[in-house]
Amino acid sequence: MNKGAKKTLIRLVVAVPLMFAFGFALVPLYDVFCEVTGINGKVFQSEHSEDLMSDDGRSIALQFISTNNENMPWTFKPSEQVMKIETGKYHSATFYVKNTTNKRMVAQAVPSVAPSNAAAHLKKLECFCFEQQELMPGEEALLPVKLLVSNELPSNIKNIILSYTIFDITDYDDEALAHHEMDME
Amino acid sequence: MSAVIENHHDDHHHGPAKGITRWLYTTNHKDIGTLYLWFSFAMFLIGGAMAMVIRAELFQPGMQIVEPEFYNQMITLHGLIMIFGGVMPAFVGLANWLVPMQIGAPDMALPRMNNLSFWILPFAFFILLSSLFMEGGAPNFGWTFYAPLSTTYAPPSVTFFIFSVHIMGASSIMGSINVVVTIMNMRAPGVGLMKMPLFVWSWLITAYLLIAVMPVLAGAVTMMLMDIHFGTSFFNAAGGGDPVLFQHIFWFFGHPEVYIMILPAFGIVSHIIETFSRKQLFGYSSMVWAMLSIAILSFVVWAHHMFTVGLPLAAEIFFMWATMLIAVPTGVKVFNWVATMFRGSITFETPMLFAIAFVVLFTIGGLSGLMLAIVPADFQYHDTYFVVAHFHYVLVPGAIFSIMAAVYYWIPKWTGNMYDERLGKLHFWLSFIGVNVTFFPQHFIGLAGMPRRYPDYALQFADWNMVSSVGAFLFGFSQLLFLFIVVKTVMGGKKATDQVWEGAKGLEWSVASPAPYHTFSTPPKVD
Repeated sequence: MNKGAKKTLIRLVVAVPLMFAFGFALVPLYDVFCEVTGINGKVFQSEHSEDLMSDDGRSIALQFISTNNENMPWTFKPSEQVMKIETGKYHSATFYVKNTTNKRMVAQAVPSVAPSNAAAHLKKLECFCFEQQELMPGEEALLPVKLLVSNELPSNIKNIILSYTIFDITDYDDEALAHHEMDME
Repeated sequence: MSAVIENHHDDHHHGPAKGITRWLYTTNHKDIGTLYLWFSFAMFLIGGAMAMVIRAELFQPGMQIVEPEFYNQMITLHGLIMIFGGVMPAFVGLANWLVPMQIGAPDMALPRMNNLSFWILPFAFFILLSSLFMEGGAPNFGWTFYAPLSTTYAPPSVTFFIFSVHIMGASSIMGSINVVVTIMNMRAPGVGLMKMPLFVWSWLITAYLLIAVMPVLAGAVTMMLMDIHFGTSFFNAAGGGDPVLFQHIFWFFGHPEVYIMILPAFGIVSHIIETFSRKQLFGYSSMVWAMLSIAILSFVVWAHHMFTVGLPLAAEIFFMWATMLIAVPTGVKVFNWVATMFRGSITFETPMLFAIAFVVLFTIGGLSGLMLAIVPADFQYHDTYFVVAHFHYVLVPGAIFSIMAAVYYWIPKWTGNMYDERLGKLHFWLSFIGVNVTFFPQHFIGLAGMPRRYPDYALQFADWNMVSSVGAFLFGFSQLLFLFIVVKTVMGGKKATDQVWEGAKGLEWSVASPAPYHTFSTPPKVD
């Protein structure tokens, strides 16, 4: 094989693992892209910020939706279906859960925001979706979420829907999950 | 162009080894090309038999022949086998036979890797097909294997499916590396890049696409493997993953993949139309640039397969326009083919019939693709038989007609015998009628709202489904005629001249028919 061919060959052989790695790099890139653009309705935890707070906010409706994934037997519902809130102020809400089974279970709630361009303006100080919920048989709890909608919310949005789907993750490897959570935060 | 006469080198040459070892150990590009072509023919018949099962079940509404679970396995395997076992290996086989001869090279650059990349393929498909006999059955989640259908809800055989996709990917990647190294480094003196035959150009671009996206596919199935067996959550929402991510990764591979299955066809058809029009091809350099633009654009249109997953408006508009942009270089190509035929002295031998049918029917498939690219319309068409009609129009009378055209066009050079022209034409007309009767009505039932991938359907779709099934049986069984014609030509027939076709140009026509076991051991002189 001549020199030129060897060079071409080496380049191509290097390209293959690089593209393989690129396939995996798409996973974090996808998250970063969604975080930057605020699409996909994902909301990440944010710090308490005085800058976001103001008194000249407007009034919007915040609607809560709860969904049980597949065979998740828990009772899971928002304490209030709709809240009137002011932009630029922190508000708290709660979700009621009850483990209706007779065994210990662990759950994870996954949030989503609609319309998706509101997600970037929704700042969550505290959310039960940032951690797992472990409930003993018959145990019930009120899960808190504390959030602020910034004043920069596009003026055509008058109604934000915050939905949570609750998943049964009792059988998952807790350790692997803990790692993943850290990555998410 | 002219070639050096090779007779005085005969003392260095030796023929092929005898018996089965010839095929097992061969490093000869012609032998390996033949292996690929026969392999893809076998897969074409197996995948075709599955299509017959599908059409037999859909002949009438209601469940008559198979269980719904088995139907799902059939549609999944039909797709996977036709794409990875039928179309792709057929093009690799053609590349093996033709690329070295068309650029005046003695063989492929990496002959041993060439042997390996072929011989792992039968194992990949053995593994895939064996899953039919496993507990829980074969993969049943469609050829696009969307998570979580292919992870959380998959049958246990999914692991075998993943492994077989890995092997197919490895085979394609090795084959492509071989093609690129050969084309970039082994062209005879005088064959500049912009003098290469278009089939060589089309394969150079295809090979780069394959090297870029097959590893991404390998990554996607590896993530599935990890989700299923190692507790990761790439595509599992409960663990912080995202099933939509799967679709992004899959279509990042999948859209270039559809061009992988059509670019070599563009090359083939350009040669055939040029030959039988007895004219110079119109717009050679624009053909090259069009293929390059299509290849580059193929990386930025993937989400048009996912308009209904809830993309933001800006993304839908971007992917809509980017997709429509591809119609421009494609239009250039169709224009050039028509312009080549314009005022040519056309004769209608079988390869030319297939090539002309390709231009017409592929354009129909392209136009229905444009309709699907329109976001608001796609919400209606998505996952209906309109999509099935669209991609079968670009793949069957597109990719597969081009492969058949190529076989008729080059088989005299491969075997030294002319095929039976009368039977060839019969095969063409049966296929042409069969393919249109099968797939054209699917546009109607798709627009009327019949969803794809179901074994049963509502009564109002019954008539067109019956028509479609009749067409499918006609098309399916005419391929046995194709098999007969090929075997007959290999066994004997009217001897072919070296040039074979009156208007044929190019280095491969300058060697004897059948092409000697070794060609261009010394590079030909090309002006």
